[in-house]
Amino acid sequence: MTIELLVFYVFAALLAFAGLRVITARNPVHAALFLVLAFFTAAAIWMLLRAEFLAIALVLVYVGAVMVLFLFVVMMLDINLDRLREGFWRYLPLGAAVGVLVVFEMALVVVAKYYASGTLPMPADPGPGYSNTKALGRLLYTDYVYPFELAAVLLLVAIVAAIALTMRRRKDTKYQDPARQAAVKRRDRVRLVSMPAEKKE
Amino acid sequence: MNELVATLAGYSSAWFGPQWGPPVWVFVKTLVLILVITLPLFGCVAYLTLAERKIIGYMQVRIGPNRVGPAGLLQPIADAVKLMFKELIIPAGANKFLFVLAPMLTLMPALAAWAVIPFGPEVVLADVDAGLLYVMAITSMGVYGVIIAGWASNSTMGFALVCVLLVSQSLNLSDIVNGQARGRFAAEGLNFLSWNWLPLLPMFLVYFISAVAETNRAPFDVAEGESEIVAGFHVEYSGMTFAVFFLGEYANMILVSALATIMFLGGWLPPIDAPLLNAIPGFFWLVLKIGFLLFCFLWFRATFPRYRYDQIMRLGWKVFIPLTIVWLVLVAAWMQTPWNPWQ
Repeated sequence: MTIELLVFYVFAALLAFAGLRVITARNPVHAALFLVLAFFTAAAIWMLLRAEFLAIALVLVYVGAVMVLFLFVVMMLDINLDRLREGFWRYLPLGAAVGVLVVFEMALVVVAKYYASGTLPMPADPGPGYSNTKALGRLLYTDYVYPFELAAVLLLVAIVAAIALTMRRRKDTKYQDPARQAAVKRRDRVRLVSMPAEKKE
Repeated sequence: MNELVATLAGYSSAWFGPQWGPPVWVFVKTLVLILVITLPLFGCVAYLTLAERKIIGYMQVRIGPNRVGPAGLLQPIADAVKLMFKELIIPAGANKFLFVLAPMLTLMPALAAWAVIPFGPEVVLADVDAGLLYVMAITSMGVYGVIIAGWASNSTMGFALVCVLLVSQSLNLSDIVNGQARGRFAAEGLNFLSWNWLPLLPMFLVYFISAVAETNRAPFDVAEGESEIVAGFHVEYSGMTFAVFFLGEYANMILVSALATIMFLGGWLPPIDAPLLNAIPGFFWLVLKIGFLLFCFLWFRATFPRYRYDQIMRLGWKVFIPLTIVWLVLVAAWMQTPWNPWQ
């Protein structure tokens, strides 16, 4: 057994454990935190496969942004567990069908290896000086620049649309204009009045 | 030095066999290097707290701590001892595991990110190609500690660094520093004019202000605004758990200052390419620049009143992001012209 294999088994066991806990943990906050652990461990396994860019992107995007939002939502909404469990038997058939389908698909992937016809050959070892990040960057910004930019614009439109669809302006909101605040001079606000001193009767 | 390393590696192979020897050796060596980086860092954090109290004291025309040791120099040690022996109170309704985990989650990223920070031309624990991405990914995890403890903030720091990437054409932190030794002014020996802070001055300001916000420091310390919400997210923490939060905040300050130094202030490079200044080890210049930025952090705290939350959001989203995008396009266009100063 090599050291890489040992490290892989450690991470794989952790990943399986975390994934299991995501669906078995009773507290939704715990489940979300186990999902964070699962993402992080998956990133470590990708790192073992020398896909360092993908690993870092996984941590940056899912752990650093998506799961933070998840946790916020889970913490802010006061989730009533009893009400969540109510529909369990009603949704069981659908859930079981999806589960069986996923198992079937994964079995197909595993079995396909033994019928070597459709599988890709193992890529050759690129050597020590090879940078995954650089190679990916070069491909994305040369050969695939138009699809890449198109995807970026699509995401931007999606962000703008999401905000435009959900934003409701209240009519009575008081809004401060910082430019006007900063432009205020003393004479706009304060008036010095010269008054003769008043006499006491 | 190299002979010593080779001898030790030989021992490792002799004891653990040819298959397990090299991995064990790498493991032990990395562990020792991690200790070499983190232990002095803890010392720096301890004395940064003293520096903060002293500097703010002088800025407010008072003396600051002066009772423990000569001129108050042993104050951080006394504080550490006090925090270690204080009772650890865990609220009855809290989840014990998460309650203890939260401070560690704040400290861990601030320490783990140091793995890729270069201290000199060849002095770095892990010389990764995607070093900058790694730092961004690791520091983005710091927010979990605060969320689990009760609060969170968000900022747009990473965006300002894209311009640095553009001009240095690398994600490797060592390459970014070396890139700043080239350029029009560096050719005439005036190194410090070729560092990224001058051509990317707006980005440097955006980065540094975002960094202050990212570390929850005054004037952006809304998460713990002491005059409004007592201590915000760590109000329920005492003793060592509070100390770990504290360590995390200060270690983060040192980290973002080190990053700013590497990105914009030329890292370990001396300011002028003169034989006398080149003789001084690069580590000294790095520490000097980090120290200056840390002083700015303390200076801000003594100078500015706290921002209101909506003002911070406006600054981040409506001022910094548009500014960064425009400057990014400008720099990209600038690099295509004959007046490109990064050649």
